[in-house]
Amino acid sequence: MKCEWALRRGDSPELFRVLGTPDASNVPHADVADDSHALMMYRQMVALRVLDERALVYHRHGRIGTWAISWGHEAIHVGVMAALRDTDWAFPSYRENKLCLLRGMSPEAILAGCRGQPEGFWNPHEWRVGSICIPVASHVPHAAGFAWGEKLQGRDTVAAVFFGDGATSEGEFHEGANFAAVTRAPVLLVCTNNQWAISTPVSRQTRAMYLADKAVGYGIPSVRVDGNDVLAVYEATRQGAERARDGGGPVFIECVIYRAQAHAFPDDPSAYRDDVEAEKARREECLGQMEAYLRARGLLSDEQAAQYRSEALASVAAGIVKAEALPTADPELIFQHVLEEQTPAMRSDMERLRAVRTRYGSP
Amino acid sequence: MTLLAFADAINLALREELHRNPRAMLLGQDIGRSGGVFRVTADLQQTFGADRVVDAPISEAGIVGMAVGLCLSGWRPVCELQFDAFSYPALNQIFTHVSRYRWRTRGAAAMPMVIRMPCGGGVKAPELHSDSPEAYYCHTPGLVVVMPSTPADAKGLLTAALRAQDPVVFLEPKKLYRHARGEVPETEHIVPLGSVRTVREGSDVTLIAWGAMIDVAVQAADVVREEGVSAHICDVRTLSPLDRAGILDAVRASGRVVIVQESPRSCSLASEIAALAAEEALYDLRAPVVRVSGYDAPYPYYSVEHYHRPDWARVVDAIKQVLAA
Ligand SMILES: Cc1ncc(C[n+]2csc(CCOP(=O)(O)OP(=O)(O)O)c2C)c(N)n1
Repeated sequence: MKCEWALRRGDSPELFRVLGTPDASNVPHADVADDSHALMMYRQMVALRVLDERALVYHRHGRIGTWAISWGHEAIHVGVMAALRDTDWAFPSYRENKLCLLRGMSPEAILAGCRGQPEGFWNPHEWRVGSICIPVASHVPHAAGFAWGEKLQGRDTVAAVFFGDGATSEGEFHEGANFAAVTRAPVLLVCTNNQWAISTPVSRQTRAMYLADKAVGYGIPSVRVDGNDVLAVYEATRQGAERARDGGGPVFIECVIYRAQAHAFPDDPSAYRDDVEAEKARREECLGQMEAYLRARGLLSDEQAAQYRSEALASVAAGIVKAEALPTADPELIFQHVLEEQTPAMRSDMERLRAVRTRYGSP
Repeated sequence: MTLLAFADAINLALREELHRNPRAMLLGQDIGRSGGVFRVTADLQQTFGADRVVDAPISEAGIVGMAVGLCLSGWRPVCELQFDAFSYPALNQIFTHVSRYRWRTRGAAAMPMVIRMPCGGGVKAPELHSDSPEAYYCHTPGLVVVMPSTPADAKGLLTAALRAQDPVVFLEPKKLYRHARGEVPETEHIVPLGSVRTVREGSDVTLIAWGAMIDVAVQAADVVREEGVSAHICDVRTLSPLDRAGILDAVRASGRVVIVQESPRSCSLASEIAALAAEEALYDLRAPVVRVSGYDAPYPYYSVEHYHRPDWARVVDAIKQVLAA
């Protein structure tokens, strides 16, 4: 007798959508967020987009260092954060260094971080946002541990952790997901499947049919969402958070988009990617869809849209000026906050450095 | 005072701290119902429940990574990793997050956790059960690294580690778990992190060691005492940050230094201590510093492990070498 091999989880692979087609005239009332809420999300998306656009220019002019582009990821960042409570936590990867903006941090601080200034390194407790995580996927267990720790103390905090498609190949994604499931930690595993990990397409990342299928193996419910649809992301997160808060344990939300921009600056996608494909993705990207929806519903006028943009531009422009005006970093920073107290060895190294600078000047 | 085995002294420190601090919790493989492979956490789950003495999946990076999140949530996690070399799957978490979170957040988010693990050889264990990984941790800024050599120190240093505001990698020589017995204070006993212990005063030669090598150093010192050689023995016990002043005092006690360690020689803590002596006390030295260590080879099959692991004879030989110089 032949055995039957199950290759897919069998659930509907349909992407969850609210906004539907980009054709504004067909857009029905979304019914997942009230009008002012929807407009607020749009405004936040504009703020993120403008920050990204300007940061690319600043990078080209050498005013900031490496910048991980999120152009096209705004619906995911905004949709998830809008569905969380202020007391909930987010755990960003390197690409979500803008999340704090949604919690009220200034563009200045974020840009300072990209200028290698200490002002960009935030207090996680202040913003309820974990530290930026540079090693791919290694923050997944942090979010799980945090959420579990909150649950053990009887608090109903939820944690959302952001990572990419590539991250699902890393061991720590799997260890974090498994641990979250075993402890029933109220954590939302938010996977941004933008089809690319630098130059590696998702087809070279996994042979799984869908990334969301990976959750099944851990006993974690999952959903696939159109990541260009901010209301869909919002609604999936809202439902996931409610479920997690009520003791349902972790959920996995796969947000599907296409990374139409470069991975980061510097990176040249023309070496590995088809421009036609990217161009098509650009036409479907999230900001245009939300704008079309709001206009079709009569919630957004040209003046209003222009105003949001100019507000955001002014705040980013002021931010870079302020970031550049920050005092030159003191080399003694090197010896700060490594341990609770400086060791004698650190103090003598610091004195030596100071003496050398006095003697020979600063290079 | 009570006579305790090394493992039981650790158990006592954990028990006292779980009582004292309601936010302390233990996390590790098999530490709950079974009490851990070395029975170090025996009976703790019965007393404190499965939410504070947590049986974790086999998932070293997961355990340490979860502990990062637990610290952010206000807990003081104590991770037990089952064996020295099985901490390697967790090195990414330890190196990239545990050791850096305070620095990365400019002091706002400390990582007050203890990562405990058995270390070292001498117990006829399979491959990857006898490593001495201390140099990896000592090479990583932001970690405190501790290795006790007596039951009293095990309790006192662990209690200090459990109250420290920095992450502490706490290495427990597995050879000592049942072999070392000693008087341990039953009441609160704290040995501050960051200072050496003088095991024995002496003036002809200085032996610097830590963990299970202290016993070997003592044996060697007893042998040369028969020949009238007075050995000074210094137990480093906090391996990072080093008590540089304490070590230099020991170096100067005789000016002839033998450093004894189980781990391979190259780029090791013994090398660091030798360099410290050369930089800071060259003119107090009366002979070149000698290192007695494991070889630059994987810890071997146990039929030959006693050749790899320094014994009193190799230490005596090194003592003769520095005395002859
Ligand atoms: C552990 C680790 N390996 C490699 C890198 C270098 N790196 C930075 S981003 C990236 C791609 C990650 O892709 P994905 O997880 O899909 O996220 P995306 O960048 O698309 O948001 C890589 C390999 C890293 N940061 N961490």
